[in-house]
Amino acid sequence: MEKKISILVVDDEESVRDSLNIWFTEDGYRVRCAENATKALSLLESDSFDIILADIKMPGMDGLEMLRRVKSMNKDAIFIVMTAFATVDTAVKALKDGAFDYITKPFDPDDLSHLIRNATKQITLVHENDTLKRRVDSLDNVEDLIGKSESIKKVLREVESVAPTNSSVIITGESGTGKELIARAIHTNSLRKFYPLVSVHCGALTESLLESELFGHEKGAFTGALYNRKGRFEMADSGTIFLDEIATISQKMQIELLRVLETKSFMRVGGNKEITSDFRVICATNKDLKSLVENGTFREDLYYRLNVMNIHVPPLRERLDDIPLLVEYFIKKYCTSMNKPLVTMEAAAMKRLLEYPFPGNIRELENMIERAIVVGNGKKIKVSDLPLGKDIIETNLESLDDFERVFILQILNKYSWNISRSASALKVDRVTLYNKIKKYGLKPVK
Amino acid sequence: MSAQHITLLTFGFFDKNLLKEVAEAVALGFRCEVVCKEARIDLGEYFNAGRRQYNGDRLLSVVGTLHLPDSMKTIGLFSVDLYIPILTYIFGQAHLGGEAGVASMFRLGNELYGLAPELLLQNERFIKEVIHELGHTFGLLHCYDVSCVMRSSAYVEDIDQKEKYFCANCYAALGFIGAVAK
Repeated sequence: MEKKISILVVDDEESVRDSLNIWFTEDGYRVRCAENATKALSLLESDSFDIILADIKMPGMDGLEMLRRVKSMNKDAIFIVMTAFATVDTAVKALKDGAFDYITKPFDPDDLSHLIRNATKQITLVHENDTLKRRVDSLDNVEDLIGKSESIKKVLREVESVAPTNSSVIITGESGTGKELIARAIHTNSLRKFYPLVSVHCGALTESLLESELFGHEKGAFTGALYNRKGRFEMADSGTIFLDEIATISQKMQIELLRVLETKSFMRVGGNKEITSDFRVICATNKDLKSLVENGTFREDLYYRLNVMNIHVPPLRERLDDIPLLVEYFIKKYCTSMNKPLVTMEAAAMKRLLEYPFPGNIRELENMIERAIVVGNGKKIKVSDLPLGKDIIETNLESLDDFERVFILQILNKYSWNISRSASALKVDRVTLYNKIKKYGLKPVK
Repeated sequence: MSAQHITLLTFGFFDKNLLKEVAEAVALGFRCEVVCKEARIDLGEYFNAGRRQYNGDRLLSVVGTLHLPDSMKTIGLFSVDLYIPILTYIFGQAHLGGEAGVASMFRLGNELYGLAPELLLQNERFIKEVIHELGHTFGLLHCYDVSCVMRSSAYVEDIDQKEKYFCANCYAALGFIGAVAK
């Protein structure tokens, strides 16, 4: 549905306000009037307008000062100044301060129609540009979903079935498995694909920053809030919002999030106007949300609200069939971006990759290939070009348990799952090693 | 006299044939009876010497005060140049969803734009303006249909592009008038 363009008329003369009110209303615009700049600014605090048409000469604050204040609140506002005494100086000053145009009183009806039509066209263009940019961003990287293994095919089947619905989805999987790509795939295969996919990395933001990021803020809501800012929920209107690392959000944010998901309405930080937005929510986490619910760190009601569908992305070590395909893809990607001829991989190097547990998953493999292309001889990637094992500390392990699991698996693979030799290398007895294998659910790779 | 009639209130001289044409077109457009009356006021009181034009806002108020309850709507017909303070001129104006409107012949003639006079064209334009302003009194907004009489017109060529009839949407919005007339 096309949004009704709103116009705020600011003039101290009642006849001007009334005439313009009638004129614009008959043209189908939403119109509000204010008799001075102060009243107009207070109206702008509680309501937003696409076009502001203000007289330059008004008692108290003049139109130019009002223009500066409006621009400091919303730099994209279309501000048109009206003047009865047009001079080049005033017009230039207004335009320099960011006015869209100026018009001399009394107006020729045709000039006024043209001016408002141009302003409307500008608003539409800005809106379209914004939507297209987000659309292009959201379409980017979808082709990166690569794999022929059964486990990734299962994921793709799940994506296919859930995408056309409006259901909330939780994507789980270890760090670096490509959860965001799965979210993109769901979005681009949904009915919302022509609207934005807005991503928020919850783990990277503090509670207050996340609140402002998600809900937006009004100018002056906190120190440094110099402009009104749309939140991610508002940006995701008609599209999808992707909340990465959802397990990291605070209890307070969990309550706020639950409320927004239930009502699809919210207020900007420091604002008092209810904003509604139609979005689909997809979340991702590398944690076990169910156990977080059990130990009370994640709200159960929010968990059930989000977990309509759960897609688990398998770690790379469980989809070894995909490694050669991914290697080929990353070689092509980085050779092209570095302007180098395509390289191949030595059989021995590929064998080592297939034996490696990849604790950092696809992200680690990608970095490994990029590095190998940089340091390699430009023809073949050799075992010595791959930082296998040496850089294990630099990967994305987040706990001692993760590290232990990966390290034990690496040793087991090294000794072809010979328990005695592996236990000896790890300097533990066989029972301890068996217990660790059981604890971490380790299995030999076929 | 039916209470469901529209009153055409003339201010100054109007050709009888033109008035008949306007009345017929209005009756057809709004499916109701039309009554023509003559108003006698001193237009000089509404003349702005600085602009050499007549104040359309004040004249609209006058038409409003002359509107009688036995009429659905009243439109004042003028042959003088009308203005409102914020605009250099108007062809007409009306209270949206109200009872009164005004329309002027003055700027509808070709001779004002350096062309040969065409009386029939001028009359046609006037009929469209009268129906347009009456449309506003029935609550219709400007229409985006190029041929609809409710399309906004800022200059005479704009008026020539539209018809003197309502588009399907505007006609549907006026549906209640026919119902009242039954």
